[in-house]
Amino acid sequence: MTREELRALVLRALAGVAPEVDLAAIDPSASLRDQYDLDSVDFLNFIVQLHADTGVDIPERDYPKLATLDDCVAYLSRTLAGRG
Amino acid sequence: MPSLGADMEAGTLVEWKVHAGDAVTHGDIVAEVETEKGLIEIEIFESGVVERLLVQEGEKVPVGSVLALIRGTGVAVSAPEPEALPEPTAVPPASVGVPPPAPEASPTTRRPVSPLARRRAAEFGVDLATVTGSGEAGAVTVADVERTTGPGSAPIPPPARTPAPTADQTAAMRHAIGAAMAKSKREIPHYYLATAIDMSGALAWLEAENLARPVTDRLLSSVLLLRAVALAVRDVPEMNGYWIDGAFQPGKAVHIGVAISLRTGGLIAPAIHDVDRMSIDDLSRHLLDLVKRARAGVLRSSEISDATITVTNLGEQGVETVFGVIYPPQVALVGFGAITEQPRAVHGMIGVRPMLAATLAADHRASDGHRGGRFLAAIDRLLQTPEAL
Repeated sequence: MTREELRALVLRALAGVAPEVDLAAIDPSASLRDQYDLDSVDFLNFIVQLHADTGVDIPERDYPKLATLDDCVAYLSRTLAGRG
Repeated sequence: MPSLGADMEAGTLVEWKVHAGDAVTHGDIVAEVETEKGLIEIEIFESGVVERLLVQEGEKVPVGSVLALIRGTGVAVSAPEPEALPEPTAVPPASVGVPPPAPEASPTTRRPVSPLARRRAAEFGVDLATVTGSGEAGAVTVADVERTTGPGSAPIPPPARTPAPTADQTAAMRHAIGAAMAKSKREIPHYYLATAIDMSGALAWLEAENLARPVTDRLLSSVLLLRAVALAVRDVPEMNGYWIDGAFQPGKAVHIGVAISLRTGGLIAPAIHDVDRMSIDDLSRHLLDLVKRARAGVLRSSEISDATITVTNLGEQGVETVFGVIYPPQVALVGFGAITEQPRAVHGMIGVRPMLAATLAADHRASDGHRGGRFLAAIDRLLQTPEAL
C-alpha cells in the first residue's frame, strides 16, 4: 500500500469512530486523541479498524507510536514493509 | 409509541422499516422514531405478521399510542415497553398529534429544534428562525418545518459529508438532559458514598491478558468496572431497578446504562443488556459497538429506555471523584474517576498503588447508606479477582 492509500485508510478509520469531525481540517502532526477528544473506547475501535483494513496486529505498547495521522501512516507503512 | 425516557411525551415516526404483510420476530428493528435524544431505532418485542401500520411516517404521536397491529399475537403492539414504565394504552384518534401545552416556553429563550426538523429544514433550505414551534417548550418539529415548505418544494441535494449536529440540535439535547436532571434533583433524595479501590491486581491482570490477545479481543479497564458493578448488584439488589409511583421495583435483569459524552455536546446513557450474564469478551464487544453507534447517532429503543442502573466513568478527563446525579426512574448511579498512583499503606507497609475512586449516588427512598456501602465494598472485592469477572 502506498502512503497515500494508508493515509486515506487511516482517515476512513477515524471517520468511523468520530463521524462528526471535519477530516479536511486535520493537523497531521497533532495528537488524534487531543484533536478529536477520543476516549479509550474510540481509540480501541480505531485500532481494531486499522487491523481489519491492513492485517497489522498493533500491540498495546505500540499505541504511543500511533498518536498522530503522520505517526499512523509511518507505523503501518513500516510494519507492512517489514512483513513483505 | 414506546417511552424512550422518563421525560418523553411524544415521538415522531420517521420511517417504517416494515410493511403490512411482513413477518417480524422479537428484536427486529421495525421503525425509526425521532426524539430529543436523536433518531432511535425501534425494536419489536413480539413475533408475528404486520397486519396494519396505524401511524404515518412524519406523524407525531403521544407515548402509549398504538403504532401497528401485529397478527399472530392477538394483541395490538405499540413496540417495546420497558418493564417498569407505564403500560401503553390506545389513544383516541382525536388526541393523536395534539401537542401538550408548553408552559415553560418563553419568547426570549432559544427554542429547541429536534434533529429531524433540523435535517428537514436543511434539506428544504428553510430558515428555522421563520418557523413557529409547536412542540414541548416551543420546540420546532418536523411538522412545523413541513408546514412552511409549500407543495412542490424539492429538497436541495445533501452535502457529501455528514454535517456535525448544529447548535439547535445540541440545544434540544441539552433541554432533554436538563429536564431529566431537574426531575432527579427535585424528586430523588440522593445520598453519596465514596471508596478508594486498589487497582494493581486488576491492571496487572489486564496487561498480561492484552499481551496475549489479538487487537480485536483486547480489553479496556472500563469493561472490568462494568462487570464488577453488574455482579455487585447480586449482593445488593436495591441498587438495581426503578422508583415508580412511590415504590421500588427491582430490575428483572441488570441493564447498565453507560454514560457517553458526545463530542458535539450533550450526553447519552444507552444500556448494555444483561451485563451480569455476559462473558467479559461479549461485554467488551458490546461496549465498543455501543459507543460507535452512539457516536454515529443510531441507537435502539431498548438501549435508550431500559437501563436499570447507570455507570459514568470520567477518569479519562482526569477527574478524581464523580458526584453523580441519578437518572430517573433509576435509583443508583456509580461513578468512576481516574486511576492514579497514590501512596497506600498495606499490611503495615507504605507503597505506591494505582487507586480508583468509586462513588455511589443512590436514592434514599430505595436504600440506606449501609446498603450502599456494602455495594461499593462488593465492587471493590470483585475487582480484586479480575480473572473471575
